[in-house]
Amino acid sequence: MKSFSLLSRGTGVAFLTPAGLLIGAFVIAPFFWVIYVSFTNRSLLGRTALNPDFVGLANYFSLFDAATFLTRGEFGSSLILTIQFVLLSAVVGQAALGMVLAWMLQSVPRSLKHVTEAVAIGAWILPEVVIAFAWFAFLDYENGTLNMIMEALGFPPGDWLLSFPFWAVVVFNTWRGTAFSMMLFNSAFSSIPPSYFQAADVAGASSWQKFRDIGLPLIRGHVVTDLILITMWSFNVFTPFLLTSGGPSYRTEILPIYTYRIAFRDFDFGKGAAVGVVVMLINLVFALFYLWVMRRRAKGVAA
Amino acid sequence: MTRYLGLYFTRIGFSLATALIGAFFALPLVWFIFAPFNPRAELGFSIPEPFSLANFEAVFQNGFAMRGLWNSLVQSVGGVILVGAGATLASYALSRSPIPGKSVITYILLLFSSVVSGSAAMVPIFLIINGIGLIDTQIAVILVFAGGLLPTAMFILRDFIDSIPKSYEESAMVAGASPVQAFFDVALPVIRPGVVVVVVWAFVSIWGSFLIPFILLRSSEKMPASVAIYSFYSEAGTPIVTLLAAYSLLYSLPVVILYLFVSWKFGFRFFGGIKA
Repeated sequence: MKSFSLLSRGTGVAFLTPAGLLIGAFVIAPFFWVIYVSFTNRSLLGRTALNPDFVGLANYFSLFDAATFLTRGEFGSSLILTIQFVLLSAVVGQAALGMVLAWMLQSVPRSLKHVTEAVAIGAWILPEVVIAFAWFAFLDYENGTLNMIMEALGFPPGDWLLSFPFWAVVVFNTWRGTAFSMMLFNSAFSSIPPSYFQAADVAGASSWQKFRDIGLPLIRGHVVTDLILITMWSFNVFTPFLLTSGGPSYRTEILPIYTYRIAFRDFDFGKGAAVGVVVMLINLVFALFYLWVMRRRAKGVAA
Repeated sequence: MTRYLGLYFTRIGFSLATALIGAFFALPLVWFIFAPFNPRAELGFSIPEPFSLANFEAVFQNGFAMRGLWNSLVQSVGGVILVGAGATLASYALSRSPIPGKSVITYILLLFSSVVSGSAAMVPIFLIINGIGLIDTQIAVILVFAGGLLPTAMFILRDFIDSIPKSYEESAMVAGASPVQAFFDVALPVIRPGVVVVVVWAFVSIWGSFLIPFILLRSSEKMPASVAIYSFYSEAGTPIVTLLAAYSLLYSLPVVILYLFVSWKFGFRFFGGIKA
């Protein structure tokens, strides 16, 4: 028996066309275009703007040139900086802080829970430009809020963005993104049957024991999902540019900012495209891993 | 007895720690809450006395600032219309029509959209927009956002439509409706909550973003608020803090209102792990 379907194939294709055109032009085409441009010496102005030469792997050789690879402001240094940024601000910062918060929120008074959630979510949903200005004011040397508190506590004030730029963007990204992990873990913890914890209470388990033996094992799947997503987002985040522009002296120039500088400050589109290709390959690994985890979970639920 | 004492102390300890972490999240926002109402605001924190709306008055009288907000609205609404309409039609087709390989299409789109993200794609997107002659136009910003947000929007909506029984449309068609009528008159009202969520998500994404308009636009009168805000500097190069603060608050309002609307109306949930 032929199954009855609501839309004919023709109507289905017609319905798919508008979205298909937009995605084709601005998602699929850029993917292949950036690979093509990365093999040319395309620039914004001059002869190579219109008639770029095919330069083979020259852009990639320049990125992976052993002599300059680790020089500050070059690709390798930026890549290593990005890995440190992601590990510290996403994995240690957002995931760990989000986990601790979500666990504690299970047993604090409701009003405190709501207020804490509200400010964390505020940090997450407000437009990035606004957040960047708020952090300028927070970290300002002369009369920023942070230095006001430091002085009140008897510590010397610091010029945070100049003296500790890397740590400033790490804390900034942690602050900005923790809400997602917090909410994800929060809903994961709340989905655990309360009887599990009540039984542990009767047995006299401490909060740490309950976390280690009941909470964490039961939300393992959520932890994997969270780690993949926040790693991918932090790896691609451009927002620190609004705080430091990648400086001082390239010390906060993570890959998205590096790409921007090469392509739109130096107008070396070929080399910028080559960076884009490397970033996309790394994204691809994360995305494939994520889809694999999701599919496995979907099958697990069905079985 | 000691057991309950232990639970009690854990609760107190957790409350103190939570309050501390909450303060860590609140502190950078404190300036942003108070400075807009302080006509003598600086980068430092101070309680405005008296509270004043003078900064907002200055923003409203600043034509350039208002144009920025208007441009943000044009670009967000334009993008949202394309994303909402495109995603609704496409995800309905993916859910209800006999096109082969529908699941594969959905997953490939999702894969592409997470691989071709902002910074990796900025060079080719600039070159494509430049190639079709749309550099420095608002339509370019709208099209690029729509293309980038559509795969995720389709993924969310398809999930939603799959969960709705087909019997609604089937009974309409048994009663003589054409497939297109069944879509517009029967299916569309039912899937409206899903569309609203996608539309709000797309609006907030476009409204808040900086990089794409920053790269694609040249002339200052086309800049959305996220880029226009960088013109609030004095000739000496120092930020005009009073204007900045009031403008930041105005610019943030729609995001906050929409967030409250969604969490009040639908309850805030996770849609395939997507950031709002």
